[in-house]
Amino acid sequence: MNELLVVEGLQKYFPVTRGLIFQKEIAQVKAVDGVSFMLEQGETLGVVGESGCGKSTMARCVARLLEPTGGKITFDGRDITHLNRSDMRAVRRDMMMVFQDPYASLNARKRVGAIVGEPLEVHGIGSDQDRKRRVQELLEIVGLNPEHYNRFPHEFSGGQRQRIGIARALVINPKLVICDEPVSALDVSVQAQILNLLKDLQQDFDLTYVFIAHDLNVVRHVSDRVMVMYLGKPVETGSKEELYAAPKHPYSGALLSAVPIADPTLGRARRQVVLTGDVPSPLNPPAACHFHPRCPRFVDGRCNVDEPLLTPAPGSTDHAYACHFPLERWPMDEDDFRRSPSESVASTAE
Amino acid sequence: MALLEVDDLVTRFRTDDGIVKAVSGVTFSLDRGKTLGVVGESGSGKSVTFLTVMGLNDPRHTETTGSVRFDGNEILGLSTSQMRGIRGRRIGMIFQDPMTSLNPVKTIGWQLQEAVLLHNDVTKEEARKRAIDILKEVEIPRADTRVDDYPHQFSGGMRQRVMIAMALINNPEVLIADEPTTALDVTTQAQILRLMTKLQKEHEMAIVMITHDLGVVAELADDVLVMYGGRIVEKSEVHDLFEKPEMPYTWGLLGSLPRLNTTAERLEQIPGQPPSLLRPPRGCAFNPRCPYVFDRCREELPDLRAGAVGEGHTFRCHLADEDRARIWDAKKAALEAAEGSAA
Repeated sequence: MNELLVVEGLQKYFPVTRGLIFQKEIAQVKAVDGVSFMLEQGETLGVVGESGCGKSTMARCVARLLEPTGGKITFDGRDITHLNRSDMRAVRRDMMMVFQDPYASLNARKRVGAIVGEPLEVHGIGSDQDRKRRVQELLEIVGLNPEHYNRFPHEFSGGQRQRIGIARALVINPKLVICDEPVSALDVSVQAQILNLLKDLQQDFDLTYVFIAHDLNVVRHVSDRVMVMYLGKPVETGSKEELYAAPKHPYSGALLSAVPIADPTLGRARRQVVLTGDVPSPLNPPAACHFHPRCPRFVDGRCNVDEPLLTPAPGSTDHAYACHFPLERWPMDEDDFRRSPSESVASTAE
Repeated sequence: MALLEVDDLVTRFRTDDGIVKAVSGVTFSLDRGKTLGVVGESGSGKSVTFLTVMGLNDPRHTETTGSVRFDGNEILGLSTSQMRGIRGRRIGMIFQDPMTSLNPVKTIGWQLQEAVLLHNDVTKEEARKRAIDILKEVEIPRADTRVDDYPHQFSGGMRQRVMIAMALINNPEVLIADEPTTALDVTTQAQILRLMTKLQKEHEMAIVMITHDLGVVAELADDVLVMYGGRIVEKSEVHDLFEKPEMPYTWGLLGSLPRLNTTAERLEQIPGQPPSLLRPPRGCAFNPRCPYVFDRCREELPDLRAGAVGEGHTFRCHLADEDRARIWDAKKAALEAAEGSAA
């Protein structure tokens, strides 16, 4: 076993302050609260959840672009949680990011060659000649014309820009690439090109990905393991096969059933569970299980009092969920989902 | 008679670089109470088609020809004041980004009332009451107090509900929705789509759903237009389109979709980029990206022609019927095999 990245109990709290000069801390936003996972070399972890669930903050903490409040991050056998800037710089050679917006994440005033070559320059790798050769090689690998070395980002389409972003991430041969919604802004046909490219690169260079997305279809396509997050906490983790075949947490179930199906006959026949309301404010999260106000299986006196912990599913090593009343079957019956389990016990007893 | 009939619509923009042929010869009709799905990549002309229908292009840089008949009357080329009687009253429109489409310095109630007062002879109190009613209808909790809130006090999904409320406040006969759920989470998307179908039933409204998500189209639409390079490339009833798509671009779109129920390792990808509408390719606009291209495709634009099910399903492709049938059968078998192994 070769564990590349181990994250234990990661926390990130943002202070909420009042006052202009003497900024008094009046509250905390618990953006990430107790995330743990482990990633082996060559694996992909997919992270899903609605906006505001803390998935991007979590990724930024792992890359130490944000200072974690608590927890421990071990990368390649080394504790990097509290490394200083210069030590971290060395670690960043092996850890790169690809961002969501291909328009905002490339400097509009720099040429493609300079953008892709910047990591080499920062880490002082190679001579100018070597760098240029490496950049052109990378442009070719990601499916761009190496002769576009001297062009500016605005001369490229969205999909091509995302390829530039990927080339920049790979130019120094990292071990881990954190992809923060890399295909959300792209058209379907271009999205397929980028997803295929990421998969090919993973095989060719033995890359490890943390892949953040809100699209469950995309996550299923690229991931080996999946983590579902809700308000800063993981509510279910598991291998792709187990989680998609038999989700246990009602939130995962609701997310899965909300995905539109590209087949009119199947799509209209299925029973869909539509969650009501929005993700609550992380400033003032609901007590105990954060999901309870929206949960159709909510049981008063249990879900709002006693916080469910992430526990392994019976008979599985890898599948864990945080719920007192997990789903019994999948695809579920609408009735299982709607009725709270105590009522359904009562009705069967009659 | 169809409620909205568009015939040979052409929209061209004059730019510094030359003429952009944004929409070329688009023809379709929409009946009362029906949903028309319009799919295509960015730059396929799907939004511009409906901006032209609504008369929302800048006339200084736009050339438009063709015909748009709404309820039997020609509306293309109407003056701004004449259009005002239709826009917002008989045809409502919602846009993709609910943050930029709402005025940040006015309350939700003010913006809703404005839409009522503009089109109806009512007092402010009546308009306010109507605003609260419509907010209730789009399922905004505590509508009577939230009516005095500003857009930034609402979440993305709630803002999109407000946009829908604003489009519906004058009971339009047609609702044009341009990517209404693209910026939203799946769960919120499901809420909004469900709300739209519910309101459609209650108001007997026709909906045009412009989207790049084939999943959304499959869930809602009665008929579908697939657009590419400013033209309709396939037009069909929804079940028929997903059962037997007739041309390579639609095959590519369906193949490139990641799905929940397949284990396929690689997605089918459409190589290359969408065409430039400034200098569109000769012949079929899809020919540079088409895996089945042959000489005729590079020379001659294929006409919209009917397939096996007749006039209800038309498409543009030069490939012979038996070739297309063979290719699709093979693709379909491959897709089903992948789905089978997942189950």
